[in-house]
This record gives sequence, C-alpha cells and structure tokens, in this order.
Amino acid sequence: MLQIALWKRVLIWSVCALGLLLALPNGFYPRVEAHNDASASIEAGFSGNGLEEQAAMWPSFLPSSLVNLGLDLRGGAHLLAEVQVEDVYETRITSLWPEVRNLLREQRATVGTIRLQPSDPTELRVKISQPDAIQDAVAAVRTLAQPVVSLTGAGATDLVVSADDDMVVVTLSDAEKLATDERTVQQSLEIIRRRIDEVGTREPTIQRQGADRILIQVPGIGSASELKDIIGTTAQLTFNPVVGRATDPEAPAGAGNEVVPSLDEEGVYYILESAHVVSGEELVDAQPSFDQNGRPAVSFRFNPSGARKFGDYTADNIGSPFAIVLDSEVISAPVIQSHIAGGSGIITGNFSVEESTNLAVLLRAGALPAGLEFLEERTIGPELGQDSIEAGRIACLVAFAAVLVFMFLSYGTFGLFANVALIINVGLIFGLLSLVGATLTLPGIAGIVLTIGMAVDANVLVFERIREELKTKKGVARAIDLGYEKALSAIIDANITTFITAVILFAMGSGPVRGFAITLGAGIMTSVFTAIFVTRLMVVIWYERRRPKTLEV
Amino acid sequence: MRLRLVPKETSWDFFGKTKISIGFSSLMIIASIAFFFIQGLNFGIDFRGGTTIRTESAQTVVVGDYRAAIDPLGLGDVTITEVFDPTFEDNQNVTMIRIQAQEGQESVTADVVRNVELALKEVAPDITFVSVESVGPKVSGELIQTAVIAVVLAIAAVLVYIWLRFEWQFAVGAVAALVHDVILTIGIFSVLQIRFDLAIIAALLTIVGYSLNDTVVVFDRVRENLRRYKKKDLKDVLNLSINETLSRTVMTSVTTLLALLALFVLGGDVIRGFVFAMIWGVIVGTYSSVFVASTALLKLGVKRDWSKPDNTAGNQFANVDA
Repeated sequence: MLQIALWKRVLIWSVCALGLLLALPNGFYPRVEAHNDASASIEAGFSGNGLEEQAAMWPSFLPSSLVNLGLDLRGGAHLLAEVQVEDVYETRITSLWPEVRNLLREQRATVGTIRLQPSDPTELRVKISQPDAIQDAVAAVRTLAQPVVSLTGAGATDLVVSADDDMVVVTLSDAEKLATDERTVQQSLEIIRRRIDEVGTREPTIQRQGADRILIQVPGIGSASELKDIIGTTAQLTFNPVVGRATDPEAPAGAGNEVVPSLDEEGVYYILESAHVVSGEELVDAQPSFDQNGRPAVSFRFNPSGARKFGDYTADNIGSPFAIVLDSEVISAPVIQSHIAGGSGIITGNFSVEESTNLAVLLRAGALPAGLEFLEERTIGPELGQDSIEAGRIACLVAFAAVLVFMFLSYGTFGLFANVALIINVGLIFGLLSLVGATLTLPGIAGIVLTIGMAVDANVLVFERIREELKTKKGVARAIDLGYEKALSAIIDANITTFITAVILFAMGSGPVRGFAITLGAGIMTSVFTAIFVTRLMVVIWYERRRPKTLEV
Repeated sequence: MRLRLVPKETSWDFFGKTKISIGFSSLMIIASIAFFFIQGLNFGIDFRGGTTIRTESAQTVVVGDYRAAIDPLGLGDVTITEVFDPTFEDNQNVTMIRIQAQEGQESVTADVVRNVELALKEVAPDITFVSVESVGPKVSGELIQTAVIAVVLAIAAVLVYIWLRFEWQFAVGAVAALVHDVILTIGIFSVLQIRFDLAIIAALLTIVGYSLNDTVVVFDRVRENLRRYKKKDLKDVLNLSINETLSRTVMTSVTTLLALLALFVLGGDVIRGFVFAMIWGVIVGTYSSVFVASTALLKLGVKRDWSKPDNTAGNQFANVDA
C-alpha cells in the first residue's frame, strides 16, 4: 500500500540533494569559473596577482565542476581537418634513396652503375646497367625491408621491392601504409595539441574523428583563420645541400634533386638535393632571438645525433652553400664558413618579431608529419553566444513558469507536487551534466526546454490514472497506489523508446546535435526518477499527514 | 475547480470516419512528397557545402547594396537575407550571407572571407562578422548520409523495441505514425523553405521520440484493455483506450507546446527553425498517434484468442509488466 520504507525515503532525498548540490556551481558560473582557473594556476605553481583571492571566491568544500559551454554559446573556432596521410609515403620513399644508393654501390661488381629514374613520388625507381643481375639487385634492396609493427600487419614487411626490366622498383606495402597512416594521424594529433597548448588557450577540444580526421575546437579564440595560422602550417624544417640556383621553377634539376622557390626573393629558385642532411625532428629547442644586426631571427639547437650529422656535413663542405628549407620554401641559403660543431645555430630571414615567435613555437612543437586539409571551419563570435545564452535563459524561465501555472490549474495540490518535482528535475539535469562534464550547446538548451514540457508527462500519466481509479470508488489510498502501479508500464515504455532515439542521436551526431542528445537523455532519466520516486514520496507524505477521505486530482 | 481541457468523460468515436482521416493523411503525405520533389529543401551549408556569414551592423541594411558590393568578387551563387527578431535591439541589423562552395577547395579560404569583409566595409563601415561557418562538399555529403542513417536506425530500433514489448501489429502501427510524422515535417520544410540543417535532423529524431511516446501510451492502454475486455470488438477497445488516455494526451501536448512556444518566441533566431520543427512535430505526432497508429492497428487486427498456442505472435517479452 502507500508505504515507503525509511531507507528509501532517505535515499530519494539524498539523491535529490546530491544532484542539486552538483548543479549549484552553475548558478554562480563566472565566479566558479574564476575560482577553477585560479586554482588550476596555483596548482601549476603560479601565485600572486590576486590568484588566491579568486580561488577563495568559491569555497573549496563545494563541488566546482561546471557544465561546459559549447562553442555556439561561448564563441570560438571549430576546425575539422583531414590529415593528408599520403604525404608521408613520399617522404619515406625519398629518404630511402641514399640507403639504396649505398647498398647498390657496394655491389657495383655485379649490378653495374646505378641511376635514379624520375617516377611517381610514391615509388622509387633505380635503373642498373647490368640487367642480368636485376634479381641480385632486388634481393639486395629487399634486405632493407623491416617487419611492420602493428596488430593487423603481423608478418608483413614495410617495403615491396620488385623488378621492372632493368629497374628496381620500391614501394611501401599496404600493411605499412596502414600502419603509417595510424602513426601519422596520432603524431599530427599530438603535435596539434602541443601547438595549441603553447599558445595557452582554455579547454581546447582536440579529437580524432574517423580514420584520418582531427576535430579541433578552441573556445575564446578570435577566428578560425587565427587558429589555422597556429596549426595549419606543417613547419617541416630541413637542411638540404644546394646544387645550384635557377630562375625558373621548371629548370632541369636532375634525378634526386628538386627545385624549391625562395621564401622572400621573387623569381629565385634553388636546386636542392631531395634527401636532407638534418631535419626539424632533431631539434631540441627553438627560441625567437635577434641576429647580429638586430633583426628578428630564430635560434635553435640540435639533439646529439642531429648535431653530429650537422657537424660532419659542415666540416666536409666548407665553402659550399646549404639551404634552410621550411615547408618547401628556402628561408635562406648561407655558405658554410666553417665547421659548425655543438649543434646550435640561428635562422635569419626577413621575419617580423611576430613571425619569428610563431616559427619558434612551431619548431618547438615539432613538425606535422603531413599536411592538413580543412574540411569544415566555423567561427562563432562571443557576442552571438552571449545573446543565445540570454535568449535561452529567458525562454527557459518563461516555459518553466507557464508549465508550473498550467499544472497547478489542472491538478491543484498534486500539480504543486509535480511542480516541485519539475524544479528538482531541472536541477538534477544540470547536476548530471556537470557530473559527466557534458557540453551544453544551443540545441542542448532547446533539449532542456523540451524536457521541461515533457517531464510532466510521467506525472500526468499517473495523475490521470489516479483520476480513473477514483471513479471506481476504491478509496483514496488504493486509487493512488493503483495509479502508480498501472501507469508504470506506460511510463517505462514511452521513455525507453525516447531514450533509444537519444542514444542514436548521440552515437550518430556531432557537435551541437550531440549536445542536444545528452540533455535529452539526461532529461529522460531525471524525469522518470522524479516522477516515480520524488512525486510519489511527496504524495505519500501528504497522504500520511492528511488522511483525506475524498480526493480530487 | 480544475482546469480541464477535455471533458471528464468522453466517448467520442475516433473510427467513425476513418475514411476522412486516412484520406487526409494520405493527401498530406502525397503533398509533402510532391513538394519535396518539385521544390526541394532549402539545405543549409551542413548538407550542401559552402559558407554562411552572419553580419551585424548598426546601420540599416539594404540588401541590394550588400549584393552590389559582393557581386564583383565572383563567388558564384550568393544569397543575402536580412534577419529580423524580436530579441534584437533597435540598432542591431543582422544579415545572413550564404556563399556557395567554391570550386576546387574544401573549406573557404581566409582570403575569401577577408575580401567579403573589405567589400562590405565600403557599404557599412561598422560591419562585423558575428559568425563565419564553412563546410566543404566532402563533409556535407557525409553529413547527409549519416543523418539519413540516423533517422532510419532510430525508426528500426523503435520497431524492434515495440515488437518485443507488444506485438508486431503495434510496431507496424507505431512506425506508420512515425514515417507519417517525418514525411510531413520534411514536407512543411519544403513548403515554407525553412533552412534545413543538421539541427533539424536532431529535431526530426526528437519528433520520432515524441510521437512514439504518445503512441506507446495509447498502445499500453490498448494492451491492458484487450486483456480486460476479451469479448469486446477491437474497434471498441481502441476507441475506449483512446478516450481514456485522451486527457493525458492533450495535457502533455499542451505543456510541451507551451514550453516550445516560449522558446520559439524568445529563444532567438538561431534556433527558431529547430523549434519550429519540434512544434510542428508535436502537433502532427499527437494527431498521428490517435489517427494513424490506431487506425493502422485496427486495419491490421490483433490476435485476441490466446487459448491456442501460436508461435508467430507474442513472445516471452510480450507479457512482461514492467
């Protein structure tokens, strides 16, 4: 009958209290946010500047997790980038050439002279002068192949070496391509994260999406193009030997060489050896600085192996020029004056201070292994977000008031119970969202408003059922009891079906839509909880006190 | 004294004029499909690629001037619409500029946006771009695909759930109502040419959820009454069930509509299309759970005689009373 055990009552009220407590910080959003930022800074070892005061603005014994505001509410930039994984195949293949050359030169007696043939950038073609020995050459090159390190590629090697008439053809195997793709995307993700962290914005979202895409959301940044300046450049730094200069991009370069334009001198091109001496990967540090003439420059330092390679090369090539190449453009091509030992140096060019700082950041964070193509970019101004929040808040309050009044007019005392439950319900939604660290988006606010409207449904089902049971003159207690009992299956079935659609939305949707799915799902859970337990508890308590002989619902 | 939207006792006959309701629904569905194919949908950039720029300026907007400023840039198809909203302040003049996806590039380059900004500064020096969104054709194609899959998947999942909890006739009835609601919603978007973007898909799925909610409540009562009145005609059982749940159906629809109307009027223009879809969905969903789902159930018939074992209808879940 109408009895609820004490432990259940305590549990129900505790859940409500806990939910409301978790929701509490959201009522004081700016203050709690300042507190959280300040605490994070203090933890990171900073102090002073009023940080302690800011941290004290919110008592530390209270929960301080907030609902994250989505980009559409806070403003910021959103980018969806596709990693050009094929770029890496090219680099891999090009860098194979010196090794292949050295290997085949050792076998000159059998294979004769060798020559690199122009080919598709994803394969390496080497012509040998003794076609009869082609199988020997292939076998020799094959020794360069390494086993692929990946789960699916077990047993496979990374290179496919085949013979084509008098040419040895080297390509990457499919298993290796898969493994490379995976590595490339992981690396890109890591480097993008480092670059954004260097700039120091708050709560960026950097996520992998699908096989080769990366989603980047940075709240508070001015525009997507600013964000692209930070992450859009690959910042691939290499030091290449210079073969000659040219005035035209179509100049004949010869096999194994390439024509690269100068960064700041129009119409000047350099012919460089494609295989580099050292690359930016071997940098350990890069800092903005100034050269002896006081112009902005970037100073850098190599790691030991890079320093050794650079030292050896400069010792052997005093008097000849080498090029500093950034993303396929020659920044400068100084002549080597002396053996540069110690592995540090300085890059000069026509930089502005800002450019040299940016370049230093990019070099420090490391080069992106491959280029990025941007498939989607969105910039939302902070004012628009603020307007949306404001409009959403007002709409929520009005919706709330309208439903409360309407419920009271329709069900009287029971309507009041439902109203209290509805208020608790909205609190619980925010508590739940804060707890899981969900992101509130504009459609998410719509989801909450929709939930306000639909949350009363479970209560309406019960109240209508109680009305029906009262008609059969069973007595008040029995009618209430039966009302809850019989309405239950409808409540459960109706909410599970809605919940299914919320789950599908969450799984298939992205961004704002996902935000909507989360609030809808959270709303379904809390509204079922409040209707089945909270309102019922209130009705039972009311009944125990009043013991009414008749009841009008 | 209580506010009652529905009289205390109703015994309205919902199936007396099935011809009219079936005819009406069929007509609406045909009209929706016709509009969809003739006029199409006003797809947002999410689904067809391109760029939208939301501008704000204190000066009154003359769309023609904006157009004259942008046209020389040669960006192809550009639509400029002024946005009005009661939540705007007096000197807040907002426009939406949509630029088609540019040939040979995925998302729009910063140069294009800068050129547009420079061109518009000639017309309105204080203009600011409140938001710039750009979607490449590659992603938009995939977004359409995912959206369609999401809707189909949602309907299929629900079909299975109701089939497990009730019987297959109920599932078919519920899904008939769902498909009806989704088609009519797409239809109204085609008729009114409201921008159809990713958020509308979310709205569609919510409509699916809401419409179901309603249908399931009616069906739950049908299931109960079928057990109680074993000898009663199916039509009478359905009628009785709808009448018994009518008061709840109307109550819930009204509270939901109240909340949605508040959002429609006060929630700002950014989500107005989204809210409109849901309002429409609630109205259509309420209608369909009474007239489409139940009529379909009536036409399909339900197995009433449980004395003989029958392995085609019902299963271990069918009689679970949660």
